[in-house]
Amino acid sequence: MSRKLKEIIIKNIFFLFALISIFILGLIVVFLFREGLPIFKVVSVKDFIFGNEWYPTYNPPDFGIWPLIVGSIIVTLFASVIAVPLGVLSAIYISEIAPPLMKEILKPVIELLAGLPSVVLGFFGMVVLAPWLQETFDLPTGLNIVNVSIILAIMAVPTISSISEDALYSVPREFKEASYALGATRFETIAKVIVPAALSGISTAVILGMARAIGETMVVLMVAGGAAAIPESIFDSVRPMPASIAAEMGEAPFRSNHYHALFATGMVLFFITLFFNLIADYISTKFKEVGSGTL
Amino acid sequence: MKWRYFKQNLFLGVVRLSALTIAISLGGFLFYIFVNGLGAISWEFLTLPPRDSMTKGGIMPAILGTIYLTSGAIIIALPLGVVSAVYLNEYAKQGPVVRIIRLGVNCLAGVPSIVFGLFGLGLFVVFLQFGSCILSGALTLGFLILPTIIGASEEALKSVPQTFREASLGLGISKWHTILRIVLPNALPGILTGSILGIGRAAGETAPIMFTASAFFTAKLPTSIFDEVMALPYHVYVLATAGTHIEETRQIQYGTVLVLVGLVLSIDLIAIVIRSYIRKKKRW
Repeated sequence: MSRKLKEIIIKNIFFLFALISIFILGLIVVFLFREGLPIFKVVSVKDFIFGNEWYPTYNPPDFGIWPLIVGSIIVTLFASVIAVPLGVLSAIYISEIAPPLMKEILKPVIELLAGLPSVVLGFFGMVVLAPWLQETFDLPTGLNIVNVSIILAIMAVPTISSISEDALYSVPREFKEASYALGATRFETIAKVIVPAALSGISTAVILGMARAIGETMVVLMVAGGAAAIPESIFDSVRPMPASIAAEMGEAPFRSNHYHALFATGMVLFFITLFFNLIADYISTKFKEVGSGTL
Repeated sequence: MKWRYFKQNLFLGVVRLSALTIAISLGGFLFYIFVNGLGAISWEFLTLPPRDSMTKGGIMPAILGTIYLTSGAIIIALPLGVVSAVYLNEYAKQGPVVRIIRLGVNCLAGVPSIVFGLFGLGLFVVFLQFGSCILSGALTLGFLILPTIIGASEEALKSVPQTFREASLGLGISKWHTILRIVLPNALPGILTGSILGIGRAAGETAPIMFTASAFFTAKLPTSIFDEVMALPYHVYVLATAGTHIEETRQIQYGTVLVLVGLVLSIDLIAIVIRSYIRKKKRW
């Protein structure tokens, strides 16, 4: 076998293995559809997504996941309200303000925070935050939107902070120097030059942080309280999609309508997060800064 | 003029405060877990199985199960991840194909862990009929950490200077041998630290193994990869939510949480320390 042929064969084998991620994504879609699609023989797509009643074990059952979708969206939005300022501001601190020693401490802190197992944060929400909220605000339960949002925010902060920091770090030094040379203060330079220049990276960070929050399972399973209804106050319980899947899959009889409905919920969740990821990718490629010449 | 500096000071204050909040959250959390969990830790707790319907005894089977699942996951993900990264960084020419592969890796990294659980259930447990077992769980976790491994390996490959490759190719050595003998050995420490982070991630995940591998309680230790196992994260979840003795087992719960957090964070910390050591030590 000639050497050139051998090289070509090796290259193609590597290429095939490199396709594995696409292949797995494809498999995920195939198997979610295979186990999820049968539910649409029982309910229409519209009634499934926009139906207001989720009573999968009643007779006759109701398979409407709208309360679950609303639950997911609400906890994600509230978590973002907390996590976005914390994440972006801490990234600004680490990238622009912190002395080297603080940087050396804070970067691992954020990485360790990202590494905390979600079940442990859920446990913390259950045994510490929930009783505290319940007593302080005199509520029927501490397992509610506020509690979930706080814990989810803790999970989303590392994603937002580390990606934002990369974006801020890659803003060319000339920009800052030009701004200082014009007599701008540090705050003015950061607010009017550095952050706008890094905005696409920061947006990507925020979107990926939100995607992390909406897909997070253990925290919403343990802390959200589990009420499958549209909430009326921030102290109400909710049942986001991942919580519903994780809580009910164990009890749903194999290949029953309930089982198929949970897979279909997984499909909805998968496509929502896929959409978030595609937007993040679009923003980061479209507005990619190649050097100080662009902008 | 004063207003400008007042704004600046206000801003600096807010920014410092937010960084401080994050550091305090982590510190306070770890302190709380440590203080409450320490009382439960003993030699028996780490080496004995649970008894009296989980209210007494230890968590040894769960520790062992987590080790099995995590090792399985890394055995699956490491070769696949490294080979993918080698293609992306060494062979591929920038173009639509590589663009799509990278997009695929990013999207895979964003798939929610519960969806991985459903996928594992649909493919390994049901379709391939492995049942709920170590193999199904390890495969599911392996696919979950694949993007982490690819990302870390690519970073490590990128850090190998281009001149190394050119020197080798200039001597007439084939591309494949250059990669095997020059590029990979130099990238190895970076690849390994990245994999350690993947191990930490796999050890802490609960949702992907709920339907694919883990059992509330197993009477005996697993003897093959087709047995169900107990696992630390699942153990925490079950004891804290589903048991009939939630209050009685509180001490065991704290102890298990401490063991899990200690395990995952020390794995992460080791990776972080080695990585910063490599970055400082680098001579090129």
